[in-house]
Amino acid sequence: MAIVPNPYKTTGFLGWIDDRFPLTKLWKDHLSEYYAPKNFNFWYYFGSLALLVLVNQLITGIVLTMHYKPGAETAFDSVEYIMRDVPWGNIIRYMHSTGASAFFIVVFMHMYRGLLYGSYKKPRELIWVFGALIFLVLMAEAFCGYVLPWGNMSYWGAQVIISLFGTIPVIGPDVVIWVQGDYSPADATLNRLFSLHVIALPFVLVGLVVAHLIALHEVGSNNPDGVEIKKHKDKATGIPLDGIPFHPYYTVKDIVGVTVFLMIFAGIIFWAPDGGGYFLEKPNFTPASAINTPEHITPAWYFGSFYAILRATPPLFGSALPGVIAMFGAVLVIFFVPWLDRSPVKSIRYKGPLFKIALTLFTIAFIALSYYGMQPPSPLGKLVSQIGSVVYFLFFFLMPVYTKMDSYKTEPERVTHDAH
Amino acid sequence: MTLTKILASGLLALAGIGASGAALASSGGAELQYFRADTGNLPSLQRGARDFMAYCSGCHGLKYLRYNRLAQDLQIPEELLKANLMFTSEKPGDTIVSALPKNAADWFGAQPPDLSLTARSRGAEWVYTYLQSFYLDPSRPLGVNNTVLPGASMPHVLWELQGLQAKVEHHGEAAAEGEHGAKPFELVQKGKLSPEEYKKFVGDLTNFLVYAAEPGRNHRIAFGWKVLAFLSVFFVLAYALKKEYWKDVH
Repeated sequence: MAIVPNPYKTTGFLGWIDDRFPLTKLWKDHLSEYYAPKNFNFWYYFGSLALLVLVNQLITGIVLTMHYKPGAETAFDSVEYIMRDVPWGNIIRYMHSTGASAFFIVVFMHMYRGLLYGSYKKPRELIWVFGALIFLVLMAEAFCGYVLPWGNMSYWGAQVIISLFGTIPVIGPDVVIWVQGDYSPADATLNRLFSLHVIALPFVLVGLVVAHLIALHEVGSNNPDGVEIKKHKDKATGIPLDGIPFHPYYTVKDIVGVTVFLMIFAGIIFWAPDGGGYFLEKPNFTPASAINTPEHITPAWYFGSFYAILRATPPLFGSALPGVIAMFGAVLVIFFVPWLDRSPVKSIRYKGPLFKIALTLFTIAFIALSYYGMQPPSPLGKLVSQIGSVVYFLFFFLMPVYTKMDSYKTEPERVTHDAH
Repeated sequence: MTLTKILASGLLALAGIGASGAALASSGGAELQYFRADTGNLPSLQRGARDFMAYCSGCHGLKYLRYNRLAQDLQIPEELLKANLMFTSEKPGDTIVSALPKNAADWFGAQPPDLSLTARSRGAEWVYTYLQSFYLDPSRPLGVNNTVLPGASMPHVLWELQGLQAKVEHHGEAAAEGEHGAKPFELVQKGKLSPEEYKKFVGDLTNFLVYAAEPGRNHRIAFGWKVLAFLSVFFVLAYALKKEYWKDVH
């Protein structure tokens, strides 16, 4: 199929552009004639919010990069310079640091929505895979950014995370030195993490987001009922009967969601920017020091669950390798969800008790893991983390079994929607 | 909108967890006293600045805070600033560095730390309690120790004001019942200030250090109200717009 320039036959200035660039076509395909199901609920705000937070991180990040000075001798001072001497620098910095936490809250909710309504099931497997890749890159991006202020928690966090490479048999210790560019986290480490944080990873991230959206718009959005709106189209126009144009309907709706989100976001930025020590940790207000270890080295809250899995896994022959494998496995297993779920329906509304129980246990396990991952080691924490880790993995590994055994309700033909 | 409320309450709960977690800061096992900073209290900040310069700045710097920023934020005229607060520098644009040489560690055993960010790295309650927790301990080189930072190398600079106190050992039942409410110290030599006055003095100093750790704090909170006011109005309009458009979705 050949590309037809200006298929909508626009004229004038717009016509001049459309003859050369598919502006009208893009607008119609992705906004004004992209038909989304009309029954989106609360959970469907988080996709657009994730995009908003991404833009927030990019813009505030660009401004911060103008004033931040990477380097073990300069980084900490330059962050305080931003906080005190750069006009509006403190607000920009808080928007960025709080934005990182907001990004994870929003992305966790967005992923959870996918689990609730089976948004990963055929034909949306690639949307999910791109999404899981975004999550993976986001974690790398967040880690790099966390190190940049070069506070003491930055330093020791970098030490712990980079040392994970040291568990690789035989070549591990050499890999650590290669990754760090030194024998301990140092100037070289900071500069390469800066490079990754402001160039490589954002580049990949934005590319993946574009792929995520292209894949979504190719097959169309899922909805809380998990039924395909494309099955029932208007005979004359070919428009799905349960679909409404994304613009203006969902643009005006998302603006409401964005406003509520911004009010909560502003509440944290202006009244509790350090999030009680969870968004900006106290030890990070002292410069990095190789001889002064913080009392408890804890990861950022959004890594808590994965860190808990790392700590809960027993070592093998004195090596933490099994823990590292479990931790990365916990992220990798997310990629396979589309092929693990064997249920004939998508949405939890029509799934049976087994899936509901499994998802509830998974939810509790994830929250418990996130909590204990941030706590200093304790026997109770270890026990809870071990049980939580097992539940976490069983949710995925047993998914083919319980989704097959489960009972199901019949899906409706059309989406359920109360006009309001 | 009910689900939006659920989200909001969830986030608030998250912030609540954060707030309770913050109380677990390291304090050498000593219980930290409640202190709520009020950086909007200008007279308190001005007293705190004066007292910091008089009692602390000889050894401790505030290397991220500039004299003129301090004067501007605390509404101190430049002549007063130069005459009363600037001991180590001539230029108001300079940052506040201590007069101590680099080898001060030889005198005290440790270099007196810069206090620019102490109120954020340790917490205001830590600072507030620390300054009230020096007690006589002959085993230490300078004759005093601190329950909040055991083995502190800092002398009790404020002893003239507070007086000298001894640690009260709680034995038997008192200890078994926990030390809540039980006084950890008793005054053995009176100072120039009464215990209440000293508490207030330390409160001003702590308040000032909270300001020094984040000079933009007041502006941030004041600006936050404006942002929220704007968003509230914007929300009403956005919601009305959404209602209007969605009227024809059946």
